[in-house]
Amino acid sequence: MISLVWLIPAFPLAAFLISGLFGRRWLGHLTGLVATIAVGLSALLSIGVFLEVLGGKTQTVVQLYRWIAVGDFSINVSALIDPLSSVMLLVVTVVSFLIFVYSNGYMEHDAGFYRFFAWLSLFVFAMLILVMADNYLLMFVGWEGVGLCSYLLIGYWFERPAPYYAAKKAFVMNRIGDWGYTIGIITIFLVFGSMNFLDVFKRLEESAPAQATLTLICVALFFGATGKSAQLPLYSWLPDAMEGPTPVSALIHAATMVTSGVYLVARSMPLFEVAGPSLQVVGVVGAITAIFAATIALVQFDIKRVMAYSTVSQLGYMFLALGVGAPVAAMFHLATHAFFKALLFLGSGSVIHGLGGEQDMRKMGGLRRKMPVTFWTMLIAGGALAALPPLAGFWSKDEILGAAFVNGHVVLYAIGIITAVLTAFYVTRALWMTFYGEPRDHHLYDHAHESPRVMTLPLIALAAGSAVLGIVVGFPPEQGSVHSFLAPVVEAAGLAEHIPELATIVALALVSVAAGVIGIAFGVSMYVRHRPDSAALTRAAGPVYRVLVSKYYIDELYDHRFVEAARAFAGASWAFDIHIIDGLANRLGWVLAMGGQGLRRVQTGIVGNYALTIVAGLLLMLVAYGGYATGILGR
Amino acid sequence: MTVPLGAYIAVSAVLFFTGCAGVLVRRNAVVILMCVELMLNAANLALVAFSRKYGSIDERGSVFVVFVFVIAAAEVAVGLGIILSAYRNRPVINVDEIHQMKG
Repeated sequence: MISLVWLIPAFPLAAFLISGLFGRRWLGHLTGLVATIAVGLSALLSIGVFLEVLGGKTQTVVQLYRWIAVGDFSINVSALIDPLSSVMLLVVTVVSFLIFVYSNGYMEHDAGFYRFFAWLSLFVFAMLILVMADNYLLMFVGWEGVGLCSYLLIGYWFERPAPYYAAKKAFVMNRIGDWGYTIGIITIFLVFGSMNFLDVFKRLEESAPAQATLTLICVALFFGATGKSAQLPLYSWLPDAMEGPTPVSALIHAATMVTSGVYLVARSMPLFEVAGPSLQVVGVVGAITAIFAATIALVQFDIKRVMAYSTVSQLGYMFLALGVGAPVAAMFHLATHAFFKALLFLGSGSVIHGLGGEQDMRKMGGLRRKMPVTFWTMLIAGGALAALPPLAGFWSKDEILGAAFVNGHVVLYAIGIITAVLTAFYVTRALWMTFYGEPRDHHLYDHAHESPRVMTLPLIALAAGSAVLGIVVGFPPEQGSVHSFLAPVVEAAGLAEHIPELATIVALALVSVAAGVIGIAFGVSMYVRHRPDSAALTRAAGPVYRVLVSKYYIDELYDHRFVEAARAFAGASWAFDIHIIDGLANRLGWVLAMGGQGLRRVQTGIVGNYALTIVAGLLLMLVAYGGYATGILGR
Repeated sequence: MTVPLGAYIAVSAVLFFTGCAGVLVRRNAVVILMCVELMLNAANLALVAFSRKYGSIDERGSVFVVFVFVIAAAEVAVGLGIILSAYRNRPVINVDEIHQMKG
């Protein structure tokens, strides 16, 4: 099965080509079916590959062909199938498949149906390349590919200005991150003479390069990860990316693409582990992002933006886990998060679909009677996000916080707990405003309807995953099957797994649960019993509230500091181009044209003038001849 | 009595420059054609004179005169043809006013 691993990305690629080339004219709505079947086949193959890895094939390299060969440096297009990549393959293909099914319903009435599925298939292809690559360069190909598809799909409704701007913003910020990635892989090549993961890690042990170089590599790679995974300081494209269709938000901006930064760091863990302070940087940035985004999520009214900030915050948790040396917990949270956050987005999409495009939670309310399936599935996902046992998020988040505590990062642990309270509060708030209380907009409420079966079935499947995934692979805590499966990752990095005592585990879990319950209780009290009343609290908080609503003015800051500077520079370059470069060419042309105008007057069209010129020329020649012949003009 | 070569050449030059001046100055196409004839005959005269003087064996230079006659006849035929057809098109024989074909 593993030898067939290249079929996994081949199916989405074929779906992309078929729907892109034939979708518009011939296939129409069949493109959705074709793409869904293709991704479904990929998912089946991934399950097969996963089972084989589970069966003991812990490291296989499947070469497709040699890509670059210069001297003793060579890069192959080959897949590295180990526990880490097989988990990613499984998550990516399964979640993609469910979202593809859902999209068939969600995008049904959209004019660009075939275009949507073509790009979504291309995205899955690029993501799979990223995940399977056995070297940094091929990974970069996938890395850029997902960035491109993200751009295309955020700007899917490019007739409107907002998606178009959001797409541009996402692309530019990703490019800034990619700059870091490029620096990282170039330095890796210079230091190790290879870009292959296994070679690099082997040579790392043999040669032990300077700390400063390693730190540069890791910080540069992590900078790339912050761009792709929406961490500080490059997070602000992700909330704006919600202008894309909701399935895109669920697939790209919640479940898969944004986790590729986590995957990159987890993959490079042996480098980060020996590179001095770089893991601390990862952990601190992750923790700050987690709490920062969670506070913004508290006050947003657009249901998708709440989820977007929540995604940023949860990705922060994953980096926090990586930073405290717990890649297993990070990958575990990545997998569970892919399920419950995709579900939250798809549920939001179902609500938006049912309300005919309304995203403002202030106009919702009481929808649980109209949309029971959406309500129950989102309740499960919300519980998972708030880390209530026994739902999936509890197990993975608990492992992250536990690892932070056990490995001695008490401050990061405290930030994590506070973020957990905030998370529980904002998810309670979002679900309450959407599904409970009295309908606030009766017109919308009366026309609300449950989504069709093709959309609710993926919700149910994801809800099942969100409910049981954690306990299946994560129980007992710190020793669940996820640990034994991903053990090679930890070993490769040379990390020691601290397995705390049972009492510590229980105590930590109780604290986590308490944090979740406090957040939920506060939310329920605020919205059911109006104690404290949300409006009064808003007034009391005053400036703090304004700062939060304005998202800490980060966008304005970036606009002032960077965008305007870039614009000014672009304007100067434009002026230089127009006036100097173009000016030079135009002046030259003008001079020649004027010269031509002048010379044109010689051609009078009067025969006599021509004859005179001939005679004058003849005389001149005769005089010159005479002058030379007689020696007057010299030699 | 032998006429010196210089006299022939002088007459030839006078004829030539008379023709040349006529070509340059006159506007009447027929007159211009006649002046061209004058120039050709000036050249003929020079050729014949040089041929007599230096062609000690068989005066081969005179052969060129026959060529020039032929060319002159052809030139007159073509030139008059052009003038006539231009005249039929527009009743003008002033060369400065025939400029329909100017680019």
